[in-house]
Amino acid sequence: MDILNALVAILNYVVVPATAYGAQLALGALGVTLIYGILRFSNFAHGDTMAFGTAITILVTWALQAAGLSFGPLPTALVALPFGIAATALLVLGTDRIVYAYYRKVRAAPVVLTMVSVGVMFVMNGLTRVLIGVDEIKFTDGARFLISAQEFKKATGLAEPLAIRTTQAITVITAAIVVAALFWFLAKTRAGKSMRAFSDNEDLALLSGINPNRVVAMTWIIAAALATIAGTLYGLDKSFKAFNYFQLLLPVFAAAIVGGLGNPLGAIAGGFIIAYSEVAVTYAWKKVAIYLIPGYQSDNLLQLLSTEYKFAVSFTILIIVLLFKPTGLFKGKSV
Amino acid sequence: MSFLDASSMTGGYGAADILHDCTLKVEKGQIAVIVGPNGAGKSTAMKAVFGMLRLRAGKVTLDGEDITTLSPQERVRKGMGFVPQVNNVFPTMSVEENLEMGAFIRTDDFRDTMEQVYDLFPILREKRHQNAGELSGGQRQQVAVGRALMTKPKLLMLDEPTAGVSPIVMDELFDRIIEVARTGISILMVEQNARQALEIADMGYVLVQGANRYTDTGAALMADPEVRRTFLGG
Repeated sequence: MDILNALVAILNYVVVPATAYGAQLALGALGVTLIYGILRFSNFAHGDTMAFGTAITILVTWALQAAGLSFGPLPTALVALPFGIAATALLVLGTDRIVYAYYRKVRAAPVVLTMVSVGVMFVMNGLTRVLIGVDEIKFTDGARFLISAQEFKKATGLAEPLAIRTTQAITVITAAIVVAALFWFLAKTRAGKSMRAFSDNEDLALLSGINPNRVVAMTWIIAAALATIAGTLYGLDKSFKAFNYFQLLLPVFAAAIVGGLGNPLGAIAGGFIIAYSEVAVTYAWKKVAIYLIPGYQSDNLLQLLSTEYKFAVSFTILIIVLLFKPTGLFKGKSV
Repeated sequence: MSFLDASSMTGGYGAADILHDCTLKVEKGQIAVIVGPNGAGKSTAMKAVFGMLRLRAGKVTLDGEDITTLSPQERVRKGMGFVPQVNNVFPTMSVEENLEMGAFIRTDDFRDTMEQVYDLFPILREKRHQNAGELSGGQRQQVAVGRALMTKPKLLMLDEPTAGVSPIVMDELFDRIIEVARTGISILMVEQNARQALEIADMGYVLVQGANRYTDTGAALMADPEVRRTFLGG
């Protein structure tokens, strides 16, 4: 019984939240890795692209709610999501036209483009705050729990509860669908293959008659969609706050680099590695220890790091990977 | 007029010219080889023919049509195929995908052409689901040539196709190139292995410092004692 209780505690406090968080990071990291692989720079504005997309999605959600529309047990934000994606796609395509296109034309070094993206980040940052403000916003509605703690305890008779929130389940399912669709697109369609070819060998892609402008536009649209979906799922699962999305940039980049920049499969693995490490390191294991070690008594929480330091985990993993395996676990490009 | 006629090409990358009044011609279905010492401008001459180098003077015609001002991409549509010396495949894409990308500009059914490439290079059929980056150097060259053949070019340009492959693989590649030429495709090729290349060449161009030094049939160049002594090592 104690072992079961310990397992449920781990499931409830580590596995379930980390899986949802990992799926969100994976989607974010996929966008970063696509831009790195095809446009060849680290896009620091990706966190704020996520924020902008989520902000638009929230505004549309409010409009839908005001009109009395809802999506049954599912959050209304899912209906608003396509509008958020469309607006974000327009924003990044416009940014590309006004800002990045010039630097591509003069064949600027990747680090120059990265610095340019820092500028874009600040502009998007401000834009989002002007649009929706700086406060924390909760915008989830519909059914709150898939499995609630009370029901679980009653059904199993265990002392430890297990709760799975609807938003967590939606996050994982949506992420799985999006990832499957993206991989199908990249592996099977002519457009997707032309993007991979462009990423593999730009000169040869041009020689083969692949239109670089189309590849660039497709990449931005897909990155905008991934960013908006990742941001909205994160916001549904936790809450929306512009500053938190800016901070998300670090774990998202860590995930992309750990997996291997430019490698989509790596981005997904990296997302889960970062999420599990972050949650596991900041979780207080005392409860699990009490269940597993007979007679264990201590005031120590058995928490390696307090949650305020969770970003240190991403940093540490990032540094270890860059020191010992700079191309990432899945053979990406070296930074 | 020759099928490819690149006459009096003069130009370079910056202010200084690399090519000086350089002329290259290839007849239909024939093999022309450019040889010469290191730094003679062999690859540069090839790039000039393909439009990757701005010419200050000279003219390039393909099948009688003036293509001097066209971009490389436009020249591919006019029937030129180009195999660069390095980075000439998509390494993380399968052999079959490499060939598909080669046919990117084609809107018709290209499966026939793919079959022809597989017939020409049977090893590619065997490895068609393997990534091009995982193949040996010789196999990768075959992918590169196959990719260029997918547009059904009338002129195939090869920049040192045998660079870095073993002598056995080199002989095999040359055999395949002869086979390609027999199907009516003209071939212009830069080669380091001058002796072997001239043996299969209908026409040979010896370049020195960006200018034509000797121009003759492959056999005649091989027989010329002056050429042998200076460029073929006796």
